[in-house]
Amino acid sequence: MKLKRRDFLKLTGGAMAVTAFGGLGFDLTPVHAKAEAAKLAGTKQTTSVCCYCSVGCGLIVSTDGGSSRAVNVEGDPDHPINEGSLCPKGASIYQLCENDRRLQKVLYRAPYSDKWEEKSWDFALDRIAKLTKETRDATFEVKDAKGQVVNRTGGIASVGSAAMDNEECWIYQAMLRAMGLTYIEHQARI
Amino acid sequence: MTNHWIDIVNSDCIFIIGSNPAENHPVSFKWVMRAKDRGGKVIHVDPRFTRTSQHADVFARLRSGSDIAFFGGMINYILKNNLIFKDYVVNYTNAAFIVSDKYEFKDGLFSGFNAEKRSYDKSSWAFVKDDKGIPKKDPTLANPRCVYQIMKKHYERYDLKTVSKISGTPEKDLVEVYKTYSATGKPEKTGTMLYAMGQTQHTVGVQNIRAMSIIQLLLGNIGVAGGGINALRGEANVQGSTDQGLLFHILPGYLPTPTAAMPTLADYNEKNTPKSADPMSANWWGNRPKYVASLLKAMYPKQDLDTAYSWLPKLEPGKDQSWLSLFDVMLNGAFKGFFAWGQNPAASTANSNKTREAMSKLDWMVTVNIFDTETGSFWRGPGMDPKKIKTEVFFLPCSVSIEKEGSISNSGRWMQWRYPGPKPLGETKPDGDIIYELFEKIRDLYKKEGGAFPDPILNLNWDVATNHIFDPHKVAKLINGYFLTEKTLKVGDADKTFKPGDPVPAFAMLQADGSTCSGNWIYCASYTDKNMAARRDKTQTEMQAKIGLFPGWTWAWPVNRRILYNRASVDMNGKPYQPEKAVIAWQDGKWVGDVPDGPWPPMADKEKGRYPFIMTTEGFGQIFGPGRNDGPLPEFYEPLECPVNEHPFSKQLHNPTALIFAGEAEKRAVCDPRYPFICSTYRVTEHWQTGVMTRWTPWLLEAEPQMFVEMSPELAEMRGIKGGEKVIVENMRGQLWAKAIISERIKPFTVMGETIHQVGIPWHYGWVYPKDGGESANLLTPSVGDPNTGIPETKAFMVNVRKA
Repeated sequence: MKLKRRDFLKLTGGAMAVTAFGGLGFDLTPVHAKAEAAKLAGTKQTTSVCCYCSVGCGLIVSTDGGSSRAVNVEGDPDHPINEGSLCPKGASIYQLCENDRRLQKVLYRAPYSDKWEEKSWDFALDRIAKLTKETRDATFEVKDAKGQVVNRTGGIASVGSAAMDNEECWIYQAMLRAMGLTYIEHQARI
Repeated sequence: MTNHWIDIVNSDCIFIIGSNPAENHPVSFKWVMRAKDRGGKVIHVDPRFTRTSQHADVFARLRSGSDIAFFGGMINYILKNNLIFKDYVVNYTNAAFIVSDKYEFKDGLFSGFNAEKRSYDKSSWAFVKDDKGIPKKDPTLANPRCVYQIMKKHYERYDLKTVSKISGTPEKDLVEVYKTYSATGKPEKTGTMLYAMGQTQHTVGVQNIRAMSIIQLLLGNIGVAGGGINALRGEANVQGSTDQGLLFHILPGYLPTPTAAMPTLADYNEKNTPKSADPMSANWWGNRPKYVASLLKAMYPKQDLDTAYSWLPKLEPGKDQSWLSLFDVMLNGAFKGFFAWGQNPAASTANSNKTREAMSKLDWMVTVNIFDTETGSFWRGPGMDPKKIKTEVFFLPCSVSIEKEGSISNSGRWMQWRYPGPKPLGETKPDGDIIYELFEKIRDLYKKEGGAFPDPILNLNWDVATNHIFDPHKVAKLINGYFLTEKTLKVGDADKTFKPGDPVPAFAMLQADGSTCSGNWIYCASYTDKNMAARRDKTQTEMQAKIGLFPGWTWAWPVNRRILYNRASVDMNGKPYQPEKAVIAWQDGKWVGDVPDGPWPPMADKEKGRYPFIMTTEGFGQIFGPGRNDGPLPEFYEPLECPVNEHPFSKQLHNPTALIFAGEAEKRAVCDPRYPFICSTYRVTEHWQTGVMTRWTPWLLEAEPQMFVEMSPELAEMRGIKGGEKVIVENMRGQLWAKAIISERIKPFTVMGETIHQVGIPWHYGWVYPKDGGESANLLTPSVGDPNTGIPETKAFMVNVRKA
């Protein structure tokens, strides 16, 4: 008996618990399917959307229940744009996530230093908050040269980011504008 | 995009220019191929033969930077051969409008040019109005001062011979493209235009897109299925991040940033709310005060509107603060602090050596990313002496997308929800948590110590977390908006009372009096009784199924409308021009199909009907665009670096209003024998942007391991270069090595009678990683920009290529 991939998915999966297989193509015999399924045993499936270009391809991410690490990422067959397919970048998202070269600790470079030092989040965020406040307080303009109210700081600039979610972008702009920044730019300009 | 990805399948002709979707938006290309299977034609216009060209029915080679000549020739061809969709042009575009008799165009300059300021006084570009204040029109299009006739005269100069001479495109190829695409001017046919940075990264970037829009309007291709003007955006959420106002000139929802010349909210509304005397114009931006008030209330719910407005930082009127200007100011030492959040400007900015030097002038810099970048490590980069660099640098590691929850908006404006899979790796955090925690600390300092003008900081709505964890649902609800006080409003025919906290169902119900909040009006209706962006319902009506419309799958702004300006897809009585692929139709006193651009009946109803282009003040598609900074009609100018010192259209060699920086002119090569080759940057399938998210991925790096330069066999022979050799690509701004790829995909052009060579380089590499990967292409690109947007001209500049 030959099973079509989607039929197999229907046999084995519920709505959010569809079991999915990377890289095997569309015709799976049950034997192959079982071998591949071993990798996904004990995993939970969640849907996401690709982080690269703007086509917005749907993904199914399989995460191991024990380690909380991704085991497999592949195209979402139900997604009407990509219908399960992914390009080379989208198909490599697993490696973007499970990658030992990712930075996992805060790094700090002191003035005139020639090296990075690992630091704690508290160290970094406390220090950044302090520098931000000092800079803002020192450069804040209530009025411009013409005497017009401007309530801004010309001492800090920000770029970024199209890599953030909508909700993150919104609070980021709110924070920057509450502090009085006007040099706010990001990827969309370039 | 006016349309969306699946909609490409509906097209009779797909015109792809300045983009390479087969390689850079690969999954989208399935919809191009399916359109082709249905008999649609594919046109590709590019300096280089790519995998997109391979599938094209018509391929035409165009010299980088000569697009407006190419499009001007097409406008001329359409008008000369009378191929326009006449009813559409007369009824839906401003072709019939009469232009002020003060308007003129002479030798490359429009009226009102001030050479000293390098800018235009646009007052002479205005439309003539009748005594009621409504633009005067001549529906016969015969009046010599109407837009149609002015346009016709303007583009008469763009004859085939002249266009071919400057663009390097053979005349027969021009004719084939023009003829094939103009066939979509028939009412029942539709054509789409797909473009990317190959169109925008020019000192005439905006006018390139204007030229395409004019063609689409002349052929009746806007608002229809398989039509539109469609930017293939390069980042997963660059649509959303723009919508959320992360740019100097706009607040969320495309509300202009206030300037010092607008001290009160009343001043702001007065200056930014367009007025139309024509009752048939919806003039949607007339609602601006409601959206601004709702945004102010989202940020400062407890303050009255005037106070909240006064707290917003104000720009200096007329001052450019866009990307290139920002780094120019940084180089001059004006900033002490800098956030480079989820971005790598040391490799992504034109003239990257300038950017890198600018960073050394900072006291402190915070950067947030997944992997090390040329930005975070700028102080230890090539040519830098860490001992001399004062900048204190913080590198904050963030989670990847599949580890976090929230929404992103694709190029087709679909807001799609993502769920978290794996937990954040190691000590990484989602960006939302980093922002949340940082601002908590900043606010605590102001609470404890006071400081300069603390009010906006202390009172900002920071209810964005649950149990001190960033909560995307809370923020999504705030972006949608909710009622702050009880309000009774008409919903349909009935009155409905909304209580404080109730979500605002749609932006038509947002209020200017402070009784509603909405962080971004265009996202109002996205999170109401449920999270619309998370929907996975593929139910369609028969009509929707015919055009691949999935109204129940996620959500699209505005109000789940999938095709913008769709009221232009029907005639004056609401009957679809393309019945087989109708977007909307007026049936039994109501609209069916997509969400129409407003509820009003068709235009034939002279009382209740409205014009289709609801976001323009007059309600008409703008063939004549009096708001742009460099002219109301696109005009050809050479890139600021170019291989010629004259061109046939005028004595204005370059865009006279282009964004330039003092002291950099001597670093620009114009017809300079030292830098004889045109260079353009591009992408490969396996990498993305500056490579931060692909260079560290072994599968992708193995496929495309290092910097290369693509050149023609003719150029290789001339320079004695063999395929696979390391060569030097250089100009006055920088130098880099690259492996030579010698390929028939690139051919020399004949421009103004001379043989001109072009080369191409990808921009995905940088010195941080991998060790032998090469450097950023942006070391070579110039810091000059478009006068409307400031986008840098990275698609056409001059270099030399020589053996290493």
